[in-house]
Amino acid sequence: MNILLKNGRLIDPVSGRDETVDIHIVNGRIDKLGHNITASGSTQSIDLKGKIVAPGFFDMHVHLREPGFEHKETILTGCTSAAAGGFTAVACMPNTKPAIDDESVIKFIHERAKIALNGLVDVYPIGAVTLGRKGEHLAPLAELASAGAVAFTDDGDPVHDAEIMRRALEYSSMFKKAVIQHAQDLPLTKGGVMNEGFNSTTLGLPGMPSVAEDLMVARDIQLAKYTNAQYHVAHLSTAGCVELVRDAKKNGLHVTCEVTPHHFTLTDDAVRTYDTNTKMNPPLRSRDDVEAMKEGLRDGTIDAIATDHAPHSFDEKQVEFQQAPFGIVGLETAIGLAITELFEKNILSLFQLIEKFSTNPRRILHLHEIKIQEGESANFTLFDPSVEWKVDVQKFKSKSKNSPFGGYVLRGKAVGIINNGQAYWN
Amino acid sequence: MPKEDIQLILDTAVSFREVLERPIKKVPPLQGKTIANLFFESSTRTRLSFELAERRLSADVLGFQAAGSSVSKGETLKDTARNIEAMKIDMVVMRHAASGAPHYLSTVIESAVINAGDGGHEHPTQALLDMYTLREKFNKLQDLHICIVGDISHSRVARSNIYGLKTMGAKVSVCGPATLIPRDVERLGVDVYHHIDDVLPKVDALNILRIQLERDAGRLFPSIREYHNYYGITRQRLDKAGGEVVIMHPGPINRDVEISADVADGENSVILQQVLNGVAVRMAVLYLLGTRN
Ligand SMILES: [Zn+2]
Repeated sequence: MNILLKNGRLIDPVSGRDETVDIHIVNGRIDKLGHNITASGSTQSIDLKGKIVAPGFFDMHVHLREPGFEHKETILTGCTSAAAGGFTAVACMPNTKPAIDDESVIKFIHERAKIALNGLVDVYPIGAVTLGRKGEHLAPLAELASAGAVAFTDDGDPVHDAEIMRRALEYSSMFKKAVIQHAQDLPLTKGGVMNEGFNSTTLGLPGMPSVAEDLMVARDIQLAKYTNAQYHVAHLSTAGCVELVRDAKKNGLHVTCEVTPHHFTLTDDAVRTYDTNTKMNPPLRSRDDVEAMKEGLRDGTIDAIATDHAPHSFDEKQVEFQQAPFGIVGLETAIGLAITELFEKNILSLFQLIEKFSTNPRRILHLHEIKIQEGESANFTLFDPSVEWKVDVQKFKSKSKNSPFGGYVLRGKAVGIINNGQAYWN
Repeated sequence: MPKEDIQLILDTAVSFREVLERPIKKVPPLQGKTIANLFFESSTRTRLSFELAERRLSADVLGFQAAGSSVSKGETLKDTARNIEAMKIDMVVMRHAASGAPHYLSTVIESAVINAGDGGHEHPTQALLDMYTLREKFNKLQDLHICIVGDISHSRVARSNIYGLKTMGAKVSVCGPATLIPRDVERLGVDVYHHIDDVLPKVDALNILRIQLERDAGRLFPSIREYHNYYGITRQRLDKAGGEVVIMHPGPINRDVEISADVADGENSVILQQVLNGVAVRMAVLYLLGTRN
């Protein structure tokens, strides 16, 4: 694969570069990086004037659903959705069937990912904290780490038992892996299907109070401090959590967090139509919470943007709101929402945005940095920060279409990705 | 629902209320129309009230109850409703345990859907019949002060009453233990009370909700005995407050729990009028929906 990227604006947080350059890629490696490079022979030349060339984006919170729920998504359709959305890598969550609580499941995922689109998208499995994600018995964390698990979580469910959480933090810190928490106090959210507040009151739907998320994060931060371990909050959604993480960082703890595009874009007002595509966990919160997400992104408290891509089939969502499963797809709208809500509204610069989509997730998961230098392998996300487009869920590459953003007009879209000697163009 | 619509329904109900006093209580406007009553949650009185209203309007009535039907065999609401609609139905009356279910149903079928109570969301015809009953008693709704007592959190009756009464210019308060008052409810423009004796002297009528004995026993309030002692409406409590207060209850009543027997059967109780008015109000709703183009 020989490609010449002409006139793109390279923004690389690792090296601090921000300049217009040509990049000649030969056999998947950066052959030449400079100005006025001309294409020769079989090289495909692509004009990227006005477009951004960034180190490959990494979505650290994706539910690929395989094995076990292939009617929602497969590793192949999930990787295609990631590629279309501009991600060269994803970390996949262990709430599969069987759960990723055994090295054989990790091997299976690696094998499937290798043949999906010829390995275009890197798939990094995240191991379960406990066997079957039941919260009772530690999964073989060392074995999972050796097999390639990049972190541990019981996502879908919280690690509820403080004792198990403590031991998971201690144990995983032996091999420098984060424990990722889906923070939710279960008794406080029993039966809940949306954020508790004025909207749950008028809709007559059982609420999940924001304090249920705050409590779990507050507890975990104390445990992380006590065990001196690395702790990461998945999809945080409350102003309280942002404050807790901000303080933890100030106190020098190894605590990080991610936010989803829907949590910095929508409030629980969106639920008022009983649209089941507004049902996710954590739920859409209040205006104040959304503002806190933006402030957290701006001041660096929130390290990463991750989609919590959670595909469900059409029929599964065609039910009463209370019966519907939690979750929405997110890979193919993430860049558009981030540009529209964060860059256009002057919350983040493109430089910061790329940090949160690429550099920081890799750092949290202790993966090697993407080096944009001659001789290094090419791992790029190419996007157009100014193109306007209308979201058509039927055009999603994901097997599922459960998005509340259908019909939205967004600014910013992936042009394509380059990774592992492969390219994907939208 | 706008004020004019509520007014129209209540005014229309007046003439049907007269029909119900005639020796022959049947009128023909919905002749040839078929109405399906889809009750996914058991409710004897609302179902009977609707059925009676439908028959009094000469409609053909198709009854459906979830128990023993395909719903228990795992069929979705969408499929069940579409199957019934395929039999050429004109209107659907639905009761469902899930909030928003009628809203959802109206997006997947063509027929008009009447909400006969959905989860903890709304129960519009109950609020309409409550307003009808109040208007009958006071000749107005404007500036009346009504207090809804009990489990506001889980009550569709409370929500619909708040919307309706506020729209008609009445003042609405809610009273109950803090654990049964939903978050931010005051943003609906109601006053919140936790001590019944504080609000009793101020009100024209009480709408007393049934307290669910089985609801999360011991987690939301300590006991029925304590509830009765602090929120139960008794003769003694009413006397102490002075003045007369109209007593309403959507039923079914737990005697001597949320309301004492002498109050329920007392001269200020309009509980049985509510039941009768319910038929007239539902006739009005069915008539107005069924005869529009
Ligand atoms: Zn989660």
